[in-house]
Amino acid sequence: MSISRRLASGGLIDRSRPLNFTFDGKTYGGYAGDTLASALLANDTMLVGRSFKYHRPRGIFSAGPEEPNALVTLRSGPRAEPNTKATTIELFDGLKASSQNCWPSPQFDLRAVHQLAGPLLNAGFYYKTFMWPAAFWEKFYEPAIRASAGLGALSGLDDPDTYEKSHAFCDLLVIGAGPAGLAAALAAGRAGARVILAEEDFVLGGRLLGDTAQIDGVSAASWAALAEAELGTLPNVRILKRTAVFGAYDGEYGAIERVSDHLQVPPPFVPRQRLWKIVARQCVLAAGAQERPLVFPGNDRPGIMLASALRTYANRFGVTPGRRIAIFTTSDYGWRSAFELQKAGAEIAVVVDARAEVSPEVRKLAGNAPQFLGAHVSDTSGYRRLTGITITDSAGKTRRVAVDTLGVSGGWSPSIGIATHLGGKGSWAEEQSAFLCDERPPGMQIAGAAAAQWTLAQALENGALAGAKAASQVGLGLQAQKSIVASDEASGATPMWLFKGSRRKAFVDLQNDVTATDVALAAQEGFRSVEQLKRYTTLGMATDQGKTSNVNGLAILAGEIRKTIAETGATRARPPHVPVAIGAFAGLHSGKHFKPTRLTSSHAASAALNATFVEAGQWMRAQWFNAPGENDWLTSVTREVKAVRSTVGICDVSTLGKIALCGSDVGTFLDRVYINTFSTLPVGKVRYGVMLREDGFVMDDGTTAHLTADHWVMTTTTVNAGKVMQHLEYCHQVLWPELDVQTVSVTEQWAQVAVAGPKSRDLLQALLGDAFDVSNEAFPYLACAEFHVGNIPLRLFRVSFSGELAYEIAVPAGYGEALFNALMQAGKPLGVTPYGTEALSVMRIEKGHVAGSELNGQTVARDLGLGRMMSAKKDYIGRTMAAREALVDSNRPTLVGLRPVDRSHRLRNGALLFARDVTPAPDTNAGFITSTAFSPDHNHWIGLGLLARGPERHGEIIRAWDPVRSGDYELEVVDPVFVDAEGARLRA
Amino acid sequence: MRIPCPYCGSRDSSEFSYSGDATLTRPTPDNADAMFDYVYLRDNPVGLHREYWYHAAGCHAWLKVTRNVSTHEVIEAVLAHDEAAS
Amino acid sequence: MRYSLTSLLRQTLTGHKGWTPQWRDAAPKAEYDIVIVGGGGHGLATAYYLAKEYGLTNIAVLEKSWIGSGNIGRNTTIIRSNYLLSENISLYELSLKLWEGLEQDFNYNAMVSQRGVLNLYHSDGQRDAYARRSNMMRLNGADSELLDKEGVRKLYPFLNFDAARFPIQGGLLQKRGGTVRHDAVAWGYARGASDRGVDVIQNCEVTGIDIVDGRAVGVQTSRGAIRAKKIGIAVAGSSSRVAAMAGMRLPIESHVLQAFVSEGLKPIIPGVITFGAGHFYISQSDKGGLVFGGDIDGYNSYAQRGNLPVVEDVCEGGMALMPAIGRARMLRNWGGLVDMSMDGSPIIDRTHIDGLYLNAGWCYGGFKATPGSGFVFAHLLARDEPHPAANRLLLDRFRSGHIVDEKGQGAQPNLH
Repeated sequence: MSISRRLASGGLIDRSRPLNFTFDGKTYGGYAGDTLASALLANDTMLVGRSFKYHRPRGIFSAGPEEPNALVTLRSGPRAEPNTKATTIELFDGLKASSQNCWPSPQFDLRAVHQLAGPLLNAGFYYKTFMWPAAFWEKFYEPAIRASAGLGALSGLDDPDTYEKSHAFCDLLVIGAGPAGLAAALAAGRAGARVILAEEDFVLGGRLLGDTAQIDGVSAASWAALAEAELGTLPNVRILKRTAVFGAYDGEYGAIERVSDHLQVPPPFVPRQRLWKIVARQCVLAAGAQERPLVFPGNDRPGIMLASALRTYANRFGVTPGRRIAIFTTSDYGWRSAFELQKAGAEIAVVVDARAEVSPEVRKLAGNAPQFLGAHVSDTSGYRRLTGITITDSAGKTRRVAVDTLGVSGGWSPSIGIATHLGGKGSWAEEQSAFLCDERPPGMQIAGAAAAQWTLAQALENGALAGAKAASQVGLGLQAQKSIVASDEASGATPMWLFKGSRRKAFVDLQNDVTATDVALAAQEGFRSVEQLKRYTTLGMATDQGKTSNVNGLAILAGEIRKTIAETGATRARPPHVPVAIGAFAGLHSGKHFKPTRLTSSHAASAALNATFVEAGQWMRAQWFNAPGENDWLTSVTREVKAVRSTVGICDVSTLGKIALCGSDVGTFLDRVYINTFSTLPVGKVRYGVMLREDGFVMDDGTTAHLTADHWVMTTTTVNAGKVMQHLEYCHQVLWPELDVQTVSVTEQWAQVAVAGPKSRDLLQALLGDAFDVSNEAFPYLACAEFHVGNIPLRLFRVSFSGELAYEIAVPAGYGEALFNALMQAGKPLGVTPYGTEALSVMRIEKGHVAGSELNGQTVARDLGLGRMMSAKKDYIGRTMAAREALVDSNRPTLVGLRPVDRSHRLRNGALLFARDVTPAPDTNAGFITSTAFSPDHNHWIGLGLLARGPERHGEIIRAWDPVRSGDYELEVVDPVFVDAEGARLRA
Repeated sequence: MRIPCPYCGSRDSSEFSYSGDATLTRPTPDNADAMFDYVYLRDNPVGLHREYWYHAAGCHAWLKVTRNVSTHEVIEAVLAHDEAAS
Repeated sequence: MRYSLTSLLRQTLTGHKGWTPQWRDAAPKAEYDIVIVGGGGHGLATAYYLAKEYGLTNIAVLEKSWIGSGNIGRNTTIIRSNYLLSENISLYELSLKLWEGLEQDFNYNAMVSQRGVLNLYHSDGQRDAYARRSNMMRLNGADSELLDKEGVRKLYPFLNFDAARFPIQGGLLQKRGGTVRHDAVAWGYARGASDRGVDVIQNCEVTGIDIVDGRAVGVQTSRGAIRAKKIGIAVAGSSSRVAAMAGMRLPIESHVLQAFVSEGLKPIIPGVITFGAGHFYISQSDKGGLVFGGDIDGYNSYAQRGNLPVVEDVCEGGMALMPAIGRARMLRNWGGLVDMSMDGSPIIDRTHIDGLYLNAGWCYGGFKATPGSGFVFAHLLARDEPHPAANRLLLDRFRSGHIVDEKGQGAQPNLH
């Protein structure tokens, strides 16, 4: 049975709502309003974990997000959340948490043997050793180091929760709901500004919750509650609790709302967390300040805590963490904490102030407790819990005092991290002993303790002023503010960075186990910039982001290199200001919802026909259709190809980019973007075109149809649809705005189906009846037309990718499925076969048409056998650069057909090509295989490739070298057109 | 980053695609040296930079945006079409 | 002072009082044989190899801030040579071989860890491209393997194989690839160069390049003028600014590349994984942090910081690939300046100005190149001719059309 450290009364916890929780398998009780840390302390559990490097016992150190020690794994299984700060976990009934980085338990940890090697394991130790013998680093040392890496563990299971993203826009974002933030929100809210008040904690109030001061005649905590109530009545104010603003970015702030983290599991349809992106015209940063620890020998024992945290535990949570408490301070605030602790009923054993002079009023705060001025703590004792401290007084005399708790107070560091995210630097203000920020994000003011306005009265006044100013900045009249009256408090402080004493380690960074000696050693070895110090010692790089260690560390460095703190400067703060779950940044875009899924209008019909689908960019396309009895893809694809080549097949080609071009200058415009001429293309005709980038390489190909005098429609490849659209807009808006051209993407507006094969005309006739004459005379190869069937607009193009007699027929997308089904229906007597992208690909390879693997951005038109299309009579994008020496080099790899000498051999894309008699080497490489297919026509594998001087080498036997798949075989170079070289079929 | 699109108002930069230096002018055909400069060489200055942004997820306008590349402050955005036509 | 077991034990017993500065904090002299502008990884490596391989020690490395403050100190620590084009593979493979012997070479533990680099593919087209790349790697003496889906599953069972928008089909594995403790590379080279007589000069910003009769003869700095017979520029991220001091315009834009690290976690990811259907790659450091990154922000920037859209894009890729990292927290996010060149490949060459040499255009690939880049740049500076491993990464390739465009994106820096 553990002792209860809960005070009989007081605190802001709800004693009518007891909660049960377990830590390391043991069950405890707490109350609503507790954090895990306060509930553990109430149960006299101080020791909760071990440090990173030395595995020293560590206790709860703070009462907030700056916590370096009390990291636990919250929950278990797929919801396990490692490295969670016990000081920020809102207690809920049934909470389960466990300690980390210790085995078997925080009380007894076998890895504590690391402490014995302490003298060896100092800063930079790793860089000087583990190098002998050479092979041992990766085989032995590094695995051993990795085994002790990290603190908590991920479950390795998929995160089951969901995350959301929200955008918000406001006149004023107030960051932090302590005295300054509340006052700012009240002032701006009353003036009518649209305010968002974001508070990381689950209760508004900040330091007010740990204070017994009076404001406007009520207790500080009551004032906070009244302020919240008033803000709640203002419709223009939104309060975001449990919401930490983590970063300032250009034009927006990022914040994370822990929507359901205080519940066992998120309720149905509620996310675990929500990422806010907040566009704010003004901002008041009122994030408060961070009490600085003191650096002295033995300063890391469980029971040594920030003095302000002791005060918070007593006043907010009704817990006194220890039986006998000592205070070690260099500021008046340490005395204030002593006063409040005594008032709450704790025993203050001694107050040690390193300052020689302290005003009598301040000294009164300690009551009857013994006081030492000009003294310091020079040693401590106790392993799993502090048992005593050694005080060295101003005369150098030492005495030991038995205590189980020590509150330390080294003054305050303003929380200005977010203010520096856009590049502003904190600069050291000697008078306030603090880094302040002058260069801030646009529209940001800093108020309260974050601006070194230390006392409660100052913070309230300063916050109200900032809120009023922000309101006037957004055009709202300045309102007379009723002034807030708060009790006065002393705020004197003299920073002192390092106290000498015993030979024990004096820790600067508690989590990463960086000591004052490490800082000194780094300086000795030449790491004299704060950034180098950080990197060499790992100071400030732990999960607390250096909140309690950075300033002490750089001040000690400054002392070592005999520079001022101002000269030494601080490391650059980087977002996020608090660690944020990776899942929250992803939001709903994970798993299947990573990217949108675009379906063609024939998707359902294809699925009903047993289609297997494949990703084509964001589209899903039918890859092949499985017929009964077929159990491998090649059988299906071969059947589809044979069907198209012998009768008729249909294939949904809607995913090709479609761009409508309107205006009287479209012909001229196309002449400038394509390498070939379009202005001569008559209405009712289609032409294949190739466009280059300005650097002379091929960008895309496709057909453009001249539908009516002023209306053209271009097709692009599926992958380049967006890119070509952007390019055309650029050409028109930037290069040639004088041309009468309008462009619009109609990819999603039109469904398009290819009808291919010797019986395609019969199928169209069956479908269209008398509505349109599809005879070869009326509608020859490369004709196009737009007409209606009933009231349905329909476009017909006589184009062929397969090399067969073929058409593409387009209807508004809403009729796409009906078209597909009608073609299947009408084609039934003809034996129509739906075919997928694989069969499409086989047939285009058989015809020597280039596609994605040849249009790879590294080829010029001539490489693809399209050089003769480059018009010499006009300028077009890419023409000048395409004439560069290396782009017209006749040795460039150029399109060829390939077939295996051993006809049974399978060809594979990506095999490299060499002359038969050379040794494969970088300078003998003559090209590679770009595309391969099993040709049903030839009954063996065929391929396309890019081969140096390819067209001259038809008939040559060359070598395909494919070591990664153990391939090495001979190929015959042939013409790239394997089927119907004279093109009779497509003109039939 | 917020871009003040003349058509759509202040919009997040993620709606746009970026295309670099907007002070370059496409040279006349067959001036290979000028074309080389245009395609490949950039001042890449510190401070103010005039650059193309395309409102891909909006109105499809090409904008000329003046932005401080050292601070990311956006100074102004105008329609490239208007500038080119004038 | 040499690091050995003996020196380590002796120092441990005497309270570490005898460790000397790892490099001399030198003051500038009036003249050097060679001045290297930029005390990042590449500049320090260049000085190191000039001293070690060519016996040239009258050398200064000028750093405007503190050494290692550039991209060597803000990257994702990956080393690999899994490129497509011989022009790149030859350089990165030289670099990888140097990484393999680096610690013994400069007597400093930079924690080179060949944990394997896996690039995933999610389509037949990607598989084919990786097959070609694998073969090109083998052709150039690098190691490569093509894994199928089961091969990937064996290495990384916790990846999203079943509920993926773009299912994993396999991957290209380079076992010799891995990670390195990045900061230590800068310190190790600085120490090695300094020990051999090179002056490593911090807080010395170059403000001008003195050119007389078409020849570079020295630099103006924040600490006075320094004469030099040869000047090598190795300031990736700021190459255009420094080259402008010599009146040059470069085929380069400066962009921001962000990187991320999580809180320390027990080991879960043994190697380096690159997602093939989005912008995301990840490894885990020896300290336990997940180190990850993605695409550049995509706009010109000298601000050394990026914005939320890319942070979100990267995390979306991460969650699509490995939903097990959802509850790991991002601890820090930073941005570095990168030289995005017009074809996505680096430039290591003489300039049209005698005595002025350029090492630039590293895009997001500079860290892994550090030893190789230093080695070939030292060769160029010492011998006045390109090293065979980098003889096609020249400045005039843009004019002639011999461009080295891995991705086929053309003269659009933010697409590389």
